Amino acid sequence: MYDIIIIGAGVIGATIARNLSRYDVKVLVLEKNSDVGDETSCANSAIVHSGYDPHPGTLKAELNMAGNRMFAKECEELDVELKNIGSLTVATNKEEEDMLDKLYVDGMTNGAPIEIISAERLREMEPFVTKKATKAIWAPTAGIVNPFELVVALMENAMDNGVELKLEEKVTGIAKDGDVFKVETEKGAYQAGVVINCAGVNSGVINNYINEKKELIRPRKGEYYVLDHFPAPYVTHTLFSVPSSKGKGVLVSPTTHGNYLIGPSSEFVESEDDKGTDGTTLDNVIKEAYRLVDEIPMQYVIREFSGLRAYHDSGDFVINSPVPGFINMLGIQSPGLASSPAIGEKAIGMVRDVIELREKKDWNPRRRPLYRVNTLPVEERQALIATNPDFGQMVCRCEQVTKGEVIDCIHRNCGARTVKGVKKRVRPGFGKCQGGFCEPLIMKILCDELGKQPVDVNYSNRGSYILKEKTKGEK
Amino acid sequence: MNGTVKYDLVIVGGGSAGLAAAVAAYDSGIRSILVLEKDKYLGGILLQCIHNGFGLHEFKEEMAGPEYAQRFIDQVKERGIECKTNAMVLDITPDRKVHYSSLEDGYVVVEAGAVICSTGCSERTRGAINIPGTRPSGILTAGLAQRYLNIEGYMVGKRVFILGSGDIGLIMARRMTLEGAKVLGVAELMPYSNGLNRNIVQCLHDYNIPLYLHHTVKEIIGKDHIEKVVICPVDDNLKFIEGQDMTFEVDTLLLSVGLLPNNPLLEKIGVRMHPKTKGPVVNEDLETSIPGIFACGNSLHVHDLVDFVSAEGRLAGKNAARFLNGGLGDDTAVIDIAPLNGIGYVLPSLTHLDSIDDTVLKFRVKQPYNNVYINIKVNGQSVKRLKKPYLLPAEMENIPLKGLELQAFAGDKMEMTVEVEES
Ligand SMILES: Cc1cc2nc3c(=O)[nH]c(=O)nc-3n(C[C@H](O)[C@H](O)[C@H](O)COP(=O)(O)OP(=O)(O)OC[C@H]3O[C@@H](n4cnc5c(N)ncnc54)[C@H](O)[C@@H]3O)c2cc1C
Ligand SMILES: Cc1cc2nc3c(=O)[nH]c(=O)nc-3n(C[C@H](O)[C@H](O)[C@H](O)COP(=O)(O)OP(=O)(O)OC[C@H]3O[C@@H](n4cnc5c(N)ncnc54)[C@H](O)[C@@H]3O)c2cc1C
Repeated sequence: MYDIIIIGAGVIGATIARNLSRYDVKVLVLEKNSDVGDETSCANSAIVHSGYDPHPGTLKAELNMAGNRMFAKECEELDVELKNIGSLTVATNKEEEDMLDKLYVDGMTNGAPIEIISAERLREMEPFVTKKATKAIWAPTAGIVNPFELVVALMENAMDNGVELKLEEKVTGIAKDGDVFKVETEKGAYQAGVVINCAGVNSGVINNYINEKKELIRPRKGEYYVLDHFPAPYVTHTLFSVPSSKGKGVLVSPTTHGNYLIGPSSEFVESEDDKGTDGTTLDNVIKEAYRLVDEIPMQYVIREFSGLRAYHDSGDFVINSPVPGFINMLGIQSPGLASSPAIGEKAIGMVRDVIELREKKDWNPRRRPLYRVNTLPVEERQALIATNPDFGQMVCRCEQVTKGEVIDCIHRNCGARTVKGVKKRVRPGFGKCQGGFCEPLIMKILCDELGKQPVDVNYSNRGSYILKEKTKGEK
Repeated sequence: MNGTVKYDLVIVGGGSAGLAAAVAAYDSGIRSILVLEKDKYLGGILLQCIHNGFGLHEFKEEMAGPEYAQRFIDQVKERGIECKTNAMVLDITPDRKVHYSSLEDGYVVVEAGAVICSTGCSERTRGAINIPGTRPSGILTAGLAQRYLNIEGYMVGKRVFILGSGDIGLIMARRMTLEGAKVLGVAELMPYSNGLNRNIVQCLHDYNIPLYLHHTVKEIIGKDHIEKVVICPVDDNLKFIEGQDMTFEVDTLLLSVGLLPNNPLLEKIGVRMHPKTKGPVVNEDLETSIPGIFACGNSLHVHDLVDFVSAEGRLAGKNAARFLNGGLGDDTAVIDIAPLNGIGYVLPSLTHLDSIDDTVLKFRVKQPYNNVYINIKVNGQSVKRLKKPYLLPAEMENIPLKGLELQAFAGDKMEMTVEVEES
């Protein structure tokens, strides 16, 4: 019997888990995938929005504003990469300028510290912005975060403080008997007094297990291009276009590792498994991106990907408790990431309405920092290697990752179990060769550390094997 | 060994190019040489090329990749040249400090008199060519599958489709067939193959593996692991021709869609890069735009035959030795070299008047040709014209300029061009 069961370990579920880990309650997180944060929370623009653009009065506006303010502390405590680079929303004609003025008014109402800047000032700040730009909104409090690290760090810290995580546990039903919920999964059943639905695009389905009022969450796909990091200077802010008759606009933004994202598109899809990309959509993304920049170095494209927004017809976040003890996090689409710390805080308030939350004395908000060997000055690096030569052994050429870091990310709480899990935690495979060189080395380390055979190592979920069979000897 | 050490010559990458360079530098009198190799063994990509076809030019015999590599490893060992494996170079500075990290030595900074960069190439991936569809496992580059099979002893799958007719893909079609897989076909976007003719015959025809020219992947299907691949013909604008989809049930899609020189270390310090080869710009001495830093092998431009890589490595080694022994002395008139009609790229990008005898032009054509001439001109005037029965993009051409008399042009600004002349 648990006090609280959280369904789904995306950024929302992980934030709530970590927030609950401060209190003296027994918390279980159920996640259908083989790793945390493998759905929408790892396939988005990674922007910590300033909060200026949601419609005033919406939950999105409130929680984005609050979340943005909480982000720096959270990332500092958890050793998660966050860069406060600011965003620029760029107008290129009269229609867009009018739209920009409206956005500015909304932003002021929301209380975001934003500024309208001239074309001249814009070009000074961002030389790579299109020459067509006439005016922009500068939002200095916007930032970029490493979303892979964020979800892992939240869950790791939650587990350091006693939260239990069960992976590969797909929830298939919920029943309530008196005050107790019975949460069924493909593997078994778990009981708790409070259930929090953080199932992203599946949150409608989860709601419908227990709530008479059915909810529909529609997956709305966004496709992107990723550019490799390259030495020449390029865009240094997040650039947004203004929605106009020319299209809803896309963004061009650096990532915390100096790569660049271009996207996303936006179209409804049938299935929450539809995470493909397609040429026509991406051609369109590029066309839209040319409203922001005049040059896109397409020779540096290393990947395409897509993520699914959990769209609710209200257009807003829907956070409610339709059944006592059952809490819904529905429609957490953008700016869900930016709002996540505030959503987490709101959830605590809602749980408190149901059960008593007593603070633990020994709660530790900090996670043990990562090694980040390639950022260390030479002497520190040498000193670290002296303590453990695995930090001298390189395994990833593109992102310069050491064997010591890979081993470390396997042996932490919420440690890596898959090739993608290692990639999300310490980056081998994110670079130009996309794992072509390092994958066999990562496989070997996973096998050595977890006592597995290479044929049993998956790329991500069950079924995503990399090697089919051994050629010689026993099969 | 943490700290700073000094060598006359540091060679980054111990593949065919780097090993040949080390031997040549030694034989030119350099004794303080360090070869740094990131992998566990010397030899580079050849170690996974267990098929034969190597060495016909170099040793006048046909051997397997590892055998060929061993000859050079032996030459390096005989000379007592110092080599470190498991040692990855992380930085080369413009003043030739080479930073490397290794299990044995930790993080070391080497002060080098000269540096040769021979870091090989990497394979283009799915992301680089934007293959539509989902992202399951089971889609990988042919070279990675080759490594899993030939080095680690694992098959990546049993029902295989191959995209791209590059040589590695062709070799893997045969290799996986021999290992019991069913290779359902090879699709190539262009109307001609990008692999060597002998590989089309020996790896596809001999095993009845169909080659679909002017076709590409339209869709990938599969959630966790690839289940199906949809292939479709394309028109002359490389757009899909509707209604002609072919669906194959597969557990593997191998990509053999091109190789790219691997030079992050040089790019990082602003070495001038060649827009076509994607390697550095070099002169006839294989020196890059930063003095004392040389490049050779697949990191300079992608080669079809390892024998030419070895020869290029030797040239780099010899010239690095000249540089160390008091300079290259390239102070005679500069001749810029550029590709024209029908030529994809030509190396070197420049030479000097008194080095003409040692200059070998290396180039690739953009498309296949039959019965044409290669015309080499200086300032628009033909200086060499060669008949070619056929030219293929898959094959690198070598034309030595030995004996070319260019004194008449001295004093003018000289530009040499290479072009295909159709009769
Ligand atoms: C294209 C795109 C761009 C975006 N850009 C931004 C941005 O720049 N800034 C920003 O703030 N926000 C952005 N967002 C929104 C942000 O990514 C999301 O709001 C956030 O990631 C949602 O997190 P989540 O935890 O609710 O969902 P998810 O990350 O999807 O997590 C849900 C989890 O629940 C699990 N689950 C589902 N069903 C079950 C079940 N039956 N049993 C057990 N587990 C289950 C899933 O496997 C998953 O791990 C973007 C979204 C998209 C799609
Ligand atoms: C799969 C394949 C099949 C081929 N088949 C044939 C054939 O049938 N016949 C034929 O004649 N030729 C063939 N070739 C061509 C020929 O084998 C290659 O062109 C040649 O081996 C390339 O040599 P190289 O030294 O330039 O590169 P590589 O052999 O790739 O060597 C580069 C070395 O540099 C190391 N390195 C890279 N970065 C660093 C760093 N930062 N620090 C330290 N070390 C580093 C790498 O680990 C590698 O060992 C084939 C090539 C390939 C890829």
